Amino acid sequence: MVSLAATPEPMVRRDNWLTRLFDWKPFLVAVCLAPTVGLLIVFLAYPLGLGFWLAFTDAKIGRAGQYIGLDNFVSLSRDPIFWLSVGNTLLYTAVATIGKFLLGLWLALLLNERLPFKSLIRAVVLVPWIVPTVLSAMAFWWIYDPQFSIISYLFKDVLHWRTTNIDFLGTPWAARFSLIAANIWRGIPFVAICLLAGLQTISPSLYEAAMLDGATGWQRFRHVTVPMLMPVLAVVLTFSVIFTFSDFQLVYAITRGGPVNTTHLMATLAFQRGIPGGQLGEGAAIAVAMIPFLVAATLVSYFGLARRKWQQGESND
Amino acid sequence: MSSFTRRDTLTLGAGALALATSLGTARASIPRAEATPPKLDIEKGASLRVLRPSRFVPTDEKLFNENTEKFNASTGVKVRVDYAAWEDLRPQTAVTANTGAGPDIVLGWTDDPHLYSDKLIELSDIAEYLGKKYGGWYPLAERYGKKYGTNNWIALPIGGAGGPAVYRISWVKEAGFDKFPTDMDGFLKLCQNLKKIGHPAGFTCGHAVGDGNNYCHWLVWAMGGFMVDENQKVAVNSKQTIEALKFGKELFDTYIPGTQSWLDPSNNKALIAGDIAATQNGVSLYYSIKNSTDPKIAAMAADLDHARMPVGPVGFGTEVALAINAMVFKHTKYPNAAKAYLAFMMEADQYDKWLTGTLGYWAQPLKAYEASDVWKSDPKVAVYKDTMQNSLWLGYKGPINEASAAVVADYVMVDMVASVSTGAATPEEAAAEAERRAKRYYKA
Repeated sequence: MVSLAATPEPMVRRDNWLTRLFDWKPFLVAVCLAPTVGLLIVFLAYPLGLGFWLAFTDAKIGRAGQYIGLDNFVSLSRDPIFWLSVGNTLLYTAVATIGKFLLGLWLALLLNERLPFKSLIRAVVLVPWIVPTVLSAMAFWWIYDPQFSIISYLFKDVLHWRTTNIDFLGTPWAARFSLIAANIWRGIPFVAICLLAGLQTISPSLYEAAMLDGATGWQRFRHVTVPMLMPVLAVVLTFSVIFTFSDFQLVYAITRGGPVNTTHLMATLAFQRGIPGGQLGEGAAIAVAMIPFLVAATLVSYFGLARRKWQQGESND
Repeated sequence: MSSFTRRDTLTLGAGALALATSLGTARASIPRAEATPPKLDIEKGASLRVLRPSRFVPTDEKLFNENTEKFNASTGVKVRVDYAAWEDLRPQTAVTANTGAGPDIVLGWTDDPHLYSDKLIELSDIAEYLGKKYGGWYPLAERYGKKYGTNNWIALPIGGAGGPAVYRISWVKEAGFDKFPTDMDGFLKLCQNLKKIGHPAGFTCGHAVGDGNNYCHWLVWAMGGFMVDENQKVAVNSKQTIEALKFGKELFDTYIPGTQSWLDPSNNKALIAGDIAATQNGVSLYYSIKNSTDPKIAAMAADLDHARMPVGPVGFGTEVALAINAMVFKHTKYPNAAKAYLAFMMEADQYDKWLTGTLGYWAQPLKAYEASDVWKSDPKVAVYKDTMQNSLWLGYKGPINEASAAVVADYVMVDMVASVSTGAATPEEAAAEAERRAKRYYKA
C-alpha cells in the first residue's frame, strides 16, 4: 500500500514588504502622526516661525525684508504708544480675568443647585460664548454708542436720572472699562460651564462629612469646594488668560484702539501697523513681544493654582 | 469712507436703478478728441483675472460685469472678475504682489500701486491715449497714476470718492446762514450757532478710517499745515498746524458729544436720526436717505444738501479723495489683453454707463466725464463732480509711498487732532508727538 497521506507543509506567512512595513511599529506611529504633524507644521509652526523671522526684519507689505536684528524691538521700546498698549493689555487681562472668574464661579454655584429648567438655563448661559465675537462686539458697539446707547436711553429718557447721554467710549478710562465689561460678559459662560463641570465631580459625601462636623456653608465652600475645584480652576484660568490677553475683535470692532490709542491692545496695535500700515516687521515684533507676557501669565496662573498643597495640605508641595 | 448697513445698500441700489432707468440708455455726449489708440496685439488665447473692491451699490457690480462681457464679446478674451470686501482688498493685493501669482489686474486702493511699483507693467500708452481723448487727467489723477518723480504711469485711476459737507438746509438757515459757509470763520460761527439751536454738527476725530482721516486732514491742510514737505521732511510741527489744532478744538466744542469715538458708520446714523445738522460724507448717504423705504427718512432728503468743505487760509480746497487705482502685474501672461481691457472699460460707452449707474460715487478722473448725465440728474449731487479736481491725497505734500501709507494707517494726523480737541494734550505737545510718530516712518 502506498500511503497517500501527505505531510502537510507548515503554514508560513509570506507577507509582502508593504505588510511588514505597516507591521513595523515605528513606521506605523509615524504614518498615523503624519497628518496631524503636517497640519501643525503648516498651519501653526510655520506661521509662528515666519512671524518670529519677520520680527527681526524690516519687511513691508509687498517687499521682502532684510534682517535688522533687534531694531524693531529697540524702536518699539522708545515708542510710548507701544508701552501704552502693553499697559492696556495687562490691565485688560487682569481686570477682565478677575471679573470673569468671580462672576463665573458665582454662576457655576447657582447652576449647580437644583433649579427648574436646569438644562435650558445652562444652554442659555452658553449663548454669549457661542455667538461669534464680532456679532457681540457689534451689539456692544450699539450699547456704547454716544447717541443711541440703550443704557443712556434708560437712564436719561426712561428713569430721568441723567440729562445727557453716557459717554462710554469718549474718555480713556470709561472706554477701557467699557471694553473690559464687554469681555467679561463674553467670557463668563466659558468659566461658568467649566467650573460647573468641576463642581459636579466633587463627591457629595465630602459635603455630608463636613456637615456632620458642623461646618457652615462658607466653611464648606472654603475647605471643600475651593480646594477640590483648584485643578479645574488652574486650567480654565490659563486658557482664559490666553484668550483675554490676545483679544482682538472686541476692541477692533468697538473702538479701533481709540480715542487717541488709549484702548489699543498689543494685538490690535500689531494688526494696525502690520496690515493696514504695511509695516509687517514692526507688526510682527509687537506680536512676538506678546509671547513673554503670555508665557509668564500662563506660568503664574498654572503653577500658582495647580500646587498640590492647595488640595492635600501644606507639606505635599 | 462710510460703512453701510444692508438696508442702506439696498435702498441705495434701488435709487441707482431708478436713476439709471430714468436716464435711459442714451449716454450724454461725452466730448471726445481725436486720439489714436495704442496698438495692442491681444495675445492668442488670452484670459484675464481681475480683482476689485466689492460693490457699493448693486448696480456697480451689474454694470461692471456687463461692460466686461462686452469686452469678451468684442475681443474673445475671457475675463473673470472677483470682488473682495474693502478691508480684504489690501491684504489680497499684497499676497498677489508678494507671490507673483493670482489676478492679472487689481483695482486696488490709492496707495497700492505705489507700494508695488516694481512689480507692475507700465500703462503710459493707454493712460496717454485716454487722457488725450477725454480732455486730460486731473492733476490728482496724475499723482495717483504716475510713479513719483517720473512721467511713467504705473496705475490707471478709475474714480475717486470725495467727502464734502452734507447738511440740513433748514437748520443751517435757522442758524443764520443762507448757504453753507465757504470760509473757516463762517464755518466756526455756523457750528456755534447750530449748537445753540440744539442741532449741532458732527465731524469725527475717532479711528474712523474714512471719515476720521477726511476731517482731520481737511482741517490741518486748510490752515496750512501738512505732515511732510515735497522732500519727505516731516514738517507737521509747525505754526500752521498749531493754529489748526486750536481751531479744531473750538470746532470740537460745538459738536455733538462723543464724536471722538465715532467709527465710519456713526455720522451716517446720527444724520439719519436727525441728531446732527452737518457732517462729511460720500454721496451715498444722501441717496440712502432719498430712497429710504421709511417715508419719514425719505422726506429728509428735501432738506439735505451738499457743499464743499470751507477753504482755509491756504486758499484752495483740502478735502481727501480715496481712489480706485487699477494696476497690471508683471506676472500676467497677457499684458496687452490686460491693457486693452482697462482702456476698454474707461471708454465713454462703458465708463459713463458705470459712472451713472454708481451715482457718481467714484467720480471721474478724466475731465470729459464732467459732461456726464449723472451730474445733471440731481443738482444736489453736482458738488461731487469736482471730487478729483478739488481734493488732495493722503500724504500731501510728499509722495504716496510706504511711509505715507503707514502714517495714515497709524492715525497720526487723526490722533493729533483728537488729543487737542479732547483736551488730552496742548497743541504744541500734540504737534511734537505727531512729528515723533511720523519720523518713525519717514526715516532719513
